Amino acid sequence: MEKAKKGRLWKRIWQNREGYLMLLPFMVLFLLFTVIPVVMSLPLGFTDFNMVQMPQFVGLSNYTTLFLNDKVFIGSIRVTLVFALLTGPVSYVLCFLLAWLINELPPKLRTVFTLVFYAPSMANVYTVWQLIFSGDSYGYLNALLLRIGAVTKPIQWLTDGNYVLGVVIVVQLWISLGAGFLALRAGFQNIDRSLYEAGAIEGIRSRWQELIYITIPAMGPQLMFAAVMQIVGSFTAGSVAQSLVGFPSTDYKAHTIMSHAYDYGWIRFEMGYASAICMVLFLVMLLCNRAISRVLGRFMD
Amino acid sequence: MTDIRKLKASNRQAGRRIGGTIVIFLFLLLLGLFMVFPIYLACVMAIKPVHELFVFPPKLYAIDPTLDNFRDMFATLSEMWVPFSRYVFNSVLVTVSVTAAQCVFASMAAFVLAKVDLPGGRFLNKLIVVSLLYQSNVIYLMQYIVMAKLHMINTYWALILPAVASPMCLFLMRQSILSMPDSIIEAAKVDGAGLFTTCWRVVMPNQKPALMTMVIFAFQAAWNLQGGSLIYDESLKTLPTVVQQAAASGLARAGVAMAAAVFMLIPPIVIFLLAQRQVIETMAHSGIKE
Repeated sequence: MEKAKKGRLWKRIWQNREGYLMLLPFMVLFLLFTVIPVVMSLPLGFTDFNMVQMPQFVGLSNYTTLFLNDKVFIGSIRVTLVFALLTGPVSYVLCFLLAWLINELPPKLRTVFTLVFYAPSMANVYTVWQLIFSGDSYGYLNALLLRIGAVTKPIQWLTDGNYVLGVVIVVQLWISLGAGFLALRAGFQNIDRSLYEAGAIEGIRSRWQELIYITIPAMGPQLMFAAVMQIVGSFTAGSVAQSLVGFPSTDYKAHTIMSHAYDYGWIRFEMGYASAICMVLFLVMLLCNRAISRVLGRFMD
Repeated sequence: MTDIRKLKASNRQAGRRIGGTIVIFLFLLLLGLFMVFPIYLACVMAIKPVHELFVFPPKLYAIDPTLDNFRDMFATLSEMWVPFSRYVFNSVLVTVSVTAAQCVFASMAAFVLAKVDLPGGRFLNKLIVVSLLYQSNVIYLMQYIVMAKLHMINTYWALILPAVASPMCLFLMRQSILSMPDSIIEAAKVDGAGLFTTCWRVVMPNQKPALMTMVIFAFQAAWNLQGGSLIYDESLKTLPTVVQQAAASGLARAGVAMAAAVFMLIPPIVIFLLAQRQVIETMAHSGIKE
């Protein structure tokens, strides 16, 4: 029995040899530069590692310190969740809505608008927001508010604890129409035209009906891609905050889990502790992905 | 008035009214202006002379536009002992190899993972998604160790190979191929085509939009690659690394920093436009699919 089963497996593998050959070039590189580094980094969370001496096994102590003694970390969980819940869904809906609306325009205009919305995520131009939110009266926003008399003295957008998280969220939303948005655009461009024609014959009357009955069901895989990209983007954001509102931000108001990991990893060189932080974040994202694929799966079928 | 005729042409689908399209256009225009404004500001900063940086109230244009910031950037770059053209060459070499290799390798693998039922396929699919979600700053360290073992540090390979191994493009392509009808692939099989032929002759020509999106992603990622600790030889460094050095902080250098950012933004935009044109042309020529 066992042997026959094994034999069949080998036979199936042999039958698919061309498929394996086609997987090979990518998978070799993927194994070397992604899988092996990831696997090597998994146990680091259980060690004390300063990048100079060999890692020392410390059991769960990193994790217990994290949750019991690290107030900044607990705060950073809150910031990350607020941040992710505000930017993630909003930007996801925006990605889809804009990709769809753009698709309703003539082809030439589609290219222009796609570029306009995608451009912010293309390069590191977001430092320009520093000019807009600058705390002195040379900042564009402050100058505008002073001019119309809404405020009497400049607001410290980048250092006032009441505003920093809001500022970072605005800028993050601005750059968040990235990979997910472009993938959805490609999805719209790839939908089989004949589906729409068939739909028109079967009595579809408006853009809305077309969207709900034809487009969305055909876009399931792209919606899943965009969701994963959005989860990664909104949970691991940290560099925008670091370059805009400084590091650490006022009262840790914009201090995300990723900023915390950066702090311990590259400033204090406590790599073991930083790994533990990243592991917690990874588990949160994994759960989130589970939930979303479940919802999307139910929605698609 | 040809515009209206074009609008009409694109409205041939079910229940389109021109009024609706115009409302959509205006909405996108408004939002688009908000999106573009900071980029416009970056461009203005790049052509503002230093003495205009602190004019009150801040101007939305340059009173006395100048290319000094760009000149300044290039002057700093050419002061380095490696000629500027060398950095350009490095960047182009790395970007082109990464983009080409990634598109070929990832497309093939994506096709197999999406449409071929082989032992281990499900596991690999899961692995791709999980690896996308696993973000840790320790990974770079581990990659460094792997590369050191392979004697790749301080070579072009250290920049190229890890970038090719990035799973995002593969995931995108796989998702896109998933929604292709199986009947096309079955038909190719009946005609006696092997997987390789099916992939390149049947599937990929139908996947132009996803393929071009992949080119954009791969190019953009590769173009912004910085050597960091992987490359220490000055003659092997890429443009972003040195441009950043040239624009290194300081208030009076704000204009130069913006000039550098704007300069680096140009090639990805050109690639984006070329890729989009490809998509639109194929859409016009063929009815797409089946």
